[in-house]
Amino acid sequence: MRRYTDITENMDWLTVVIYLVMVVLGWLNIYAAVYDETMHQSIFDLSLNSGRQLIFIAAAAVIILAILIVDMRFYEAAAYLIYGSILFLMLLVLVIGKEVGGNKAWLGIGSFGVQPSEFAKFATALVVAKFIGSVGFRMDNLRNQMILFVMMGIPMLIILAQKDTGTALVFTAFVLVFFREGMSPFLMIVGIASAFIFILTLLVENELYLYGGVAVILIITILTGKKNFKRIALLTVGALVVAGVIQSVDYVITDILKPHQQNRVRALINPEADPLGYGWNVTQSKIAIGSGGFSGKGFLEGTQTKFDFVPEQSTDFIFCTIGEEHGWIGSLVVVGLFVTLLLRIIFLAERQKNRFARVYGYGVAGIFFFHFAINIGMTIGLFPVIGIPLPFFSYGGSALWGFTVLLFILLKLDAHRGQVLQRL
Amino acid sequence: MNEGRKEIIRAMMVLTGLIFLIKLFFIQILDDRYAQLADSNSIRKEIEYPFRGLIYDRNGKLLVYNSPEYDLLIVKKELINFDSAAFCEALNISREELRLRFKELKARKEYSPVKPTLFIRQLSNYDFAKIQERIDEFPGFYIQPRTTRAYTTGTLANALGYVSEVSKAQLDRDSTKTYRQGDYIGQSGIEAQYESLLRGKRGIRYKLRNVSGIEKGSFKNGEFDTLSVPGQDLITTIDLDLQEYGERLLKGKVGSLVAIEPATGEILSMISGPSYDPTMLTGRTFSSNFMLVSSDSTKPLFTRPLMAMYPPGSIFKIVQTLIGLQEGVLHEDTRFPCDRTVVNCHNHPNPCNLHMAVQYSCNPYFHQAFRRIINQNKSPNTFIDSRIGLENWHTYVSRFGLGKPLGVDLPSEKGGQMPSSGLYNRIYGEGRWKFSTIYSLAIGQGEMLITPVQMANLASIMANKGYYYTPHLVKEIRGSNQLPVVVRHETGIEAKHFAFVRDAMSDAIYGTAQRAIIPGIELCGKTGTAQNPHGYDHSVFMAFAPKDDPKIAIAVYVENAGWGGRAAASIASLMIERYLTGEVKRLSLQDYVLKGEFLDKILLTAPSTE
Repeated sequence: MRRYTDITENMDWLTVVIYLVMVVLGWLNIYAAVYDETMHQSIFDLSLNSGRQLIFIAAAAVIILAILIVDMRFYEAAAYLIYGSILFLMLLVLVIGKEVGGNKAWLGIGSFGVQPSEFAKFATALVVAKFIGSVGFRMDNLRNQMILFVMMGIPMLIILAQKDTGTALVFTAFVLVFFREGMSPFLMIVGIASAFIFILTLLVENELYLYGGVAVILIITILTGKKNFKRIALLTVGALVVAGVIQSVDYVITDILKPHQQNRVRALINPEADPLGYGWNVTQSKIAIGSGGFSGKGFLEGTQTKFDFVPEQSTDFIFCTIGEEHGWIGSLVVVGLFVTLLLRIIFLAERQKNRFARVYGYGVAGIFFFHFAINIGMTIGLFPVIGIPLPFFSYGGSALWGFTVLLFILLKLDAHRGQVLQRL
Repeated sequence: MNEGRKEIIRAMMVLTGLIFLIKLFFIQILDDRYAQLADSNSIRKEIEYPFRGLIYDRNGKLLVYNSPEYDLLIVKKELINFDSAAFCEALNISREELRLRFKELKARKEYSPVKPTLFIRQLSNYDFAKIQERIDEFPGFYIQPRTTRAYTTGTLANALGYVSEVSKAQLDRDSTKTYRQGDYIGQSGIEAQYESLLRGKRGIRYKLRNVSGIEKGSFKNGEFDTLSVPGQDLITTIDLDLQEYGERLLKGKVGSLVAIEPATGEILSMISGPSYDPTMLTGRTFSSNFMLVSSDSTKPLFTRPLMAMYPPGSIFKIVQTLIGLQEGVLHEDTRFPCDRTVVNCHNHPNPCNLHMAVQYSCNPYFHQAFRRIINQNKSPNTFIDSRIGLENWHTYVSRFGLGKPLGVDLPSEKGGQMPSSGLYNRIYGEGRWKFSTIYSLAIGQGEMLITPVQMANLASIMANKGYYYTPHLVKEIRGSNQLPVVVRHETGIEAKHFAFVRDAMSDAIYGTAQRAIIPGIELCGKTGTAQNPHGYDHSVFMAFAPKDDPKIAIAVYVENAGWGGRAAASIASLMIERYLTGEVKRLSLQDYVLKGEFLDKILLTAPSTE
């Protein structure tokens, strides 16, 4: 029985509006980022990123249409197929792909390149959702947890092999999904705490202060809580682990990270140390955003981004153009849009009637959140430079399509959430 | 239990947004450092150097102008496929020199690979022509035009002064931040004195540029651009023809010459010998020539007319005469014997009255006359009486512009020295000196020093019968109503006394300075032969002419040239003839001066005062 003839029926229009606003703002800012006063090129000029982005947007509209036409059951049913196909494409890239900017992540189709890794995000979200949503799934089963990490780890490894560390890191966002679905928060806490301690160690010159701090916190917690043996032992072990992390920082920096990654970490800590060398990106990015002031320099009036002081100004550093030309107000609007979108996605996820759709929703939220946090964080000097795009704003077809697919599968599932009940 | 976790996730998201907005608030609103950094990143200030003001002589003849010169700038980041061999060949420098230049460039504090930086200063015309046509071969190199000083005359160097790059010390003192490293500044003479008028205003064009330094149009359509404003032109009081003639006469001699127009105080000519060619201290050869000029033992950079201090010698007798007359202790018929008991003299009619004493420059007469000026029995104590007398005398001489700088519009004018009671108190102790201690002052010797410009000013006072205008070098600032302040100073001595002394000076020419006689022009003058412990006497002469309507007052001081009646009087007389008639007819006298042998072989062994 086909009751839904109108494919837009039950669509969550708020999300669609946020999506459209973001895409249009992104398109305008891409134009601003590459705009050259002396060249008199229009926003539609196909030799400009903005002209090409418009084609990508048009293609995204076709993709949206396709997603809405396809039966919602397809996504759950074909999850493994989609996942497998994309993994295959990614492996193919390793063999026949072309190298762009040091990353071998592109599959050439004519003059256009497609980045399969951008699509691996939604594919992984689908399989993770399907697995967790399957009948009898229990998160406290260690084997299940292992499977989930393998699902997350395979695309990560392939992407790492493509030398695209940034995109690979995005998949750690699924830890957020596992957390929501009942996995112990231990992993997340340890991860975040390690990163925090790692950066703190870099910031504090003398490590003795840190050891001292850890010892003081340990003593205070032992004295204030229950004084049973188990608790004291656990806390002591925890403190020793923290001390181990502190101890390992030097080793990680010098022996594990590659030179360019070492520099990114150093640039985060002290970009002024070598403003023309490894500190260049962070310094210039902060200069561009910082020079925007309260209300910005005005559309197309920015100087830092369009004169190439900021690297990758229309892709990874697109936020610089927003910050420079539209100031704090513009930044507020963009950050506000993202937070609203994220909260809305979680709201959508939570109102799903079946687990598959909810888990998928959290996957979407986790990926968007990771991109949003890392991308803007890096442009304003809160995170090391990790080359990942700002969803819907950054220039690039694969990224736009990948994010569009992620979001609109969720909207499709959401639109049919009543149907699931009927099916049951 | 997992239901609470969605709240944690929501909180994480909201918190991240808030952290971003707070951090953005800090860098965008609270910290304005980034805005400045952005400007220095993308806005290139192109400096348009102004033309320095021109300098003219009193008749509108150009003295100082600007000639173009070219600096070679480099933007290191723009060097692409730099062909160092071709570059060395184009500029005719060795590879080693090029390597050193790059090394020096990187060592500079203000060095930046993205900003245009000075690579070679002041290309020679030949180098400029060669590199200009090939500049496209060397991306990253730019030619910046600016100007250097050029001169129409090889004279007047000390009065004009020179211009050079602003020094580190000057930059530190420049509290208004007018100058920047590499700017030029007047270092001496008129160039330094009138720096604020001459320098003009730098023009700035703000150009947007991208990260490679490529121009991307003007900033805000040139809203903040300023055009350079040329410096103001100065019209000096100098008569170039007279100046050049004077320098010719003084060539090879050490000394000074200052000629003033008495009615205005305008300096017609100011010569310091030996001097240098002003062109030497310009352009690329500045530093090597500056070393040469500043280490020269004859001190060509020393502006003698303003800075050399000499004992005036006998010309000071006319000041004593005027003071004595005004004080009423001397009269036209006051006679003293030429007794030669304390000071020596030479043969002349004896005894003298005041007129004759001036005419023949009788030393014993003025010794006795000065005693009358100093010791007027104001106190029974001869020490106190001498002190009162000297203080009174000092007041008089100060009004003649002596003992302190006149206020000539040039830097570093010296004031000479007119002894006060304070000076003698320091030397001998209070109440321990009297007339017999200080009598040398009577004939312009002793602790008395005056500068050549003060001597010329004295001649000017005589010409004006009792007053003078501050001698000055700039009479007009073109295009400006602002005129240099010229003050009239009174000596407070009655004009009739001047008339008397002028008559004596007129006759003095026939007594001690017959070479100075100019047919058809009545000239008043006074010779001096100043004793000098370091060598032969200095030859001194001051004069003005014509007597009835003085147009020129002049003082000439030739070091170690013996009698005032010879070197100094001859030079002064030739200058007056040249200025008043426009030509010199007494060619034999001119030859005598140019030849420059003034010393009398017999007299050399026994220097004397006239």
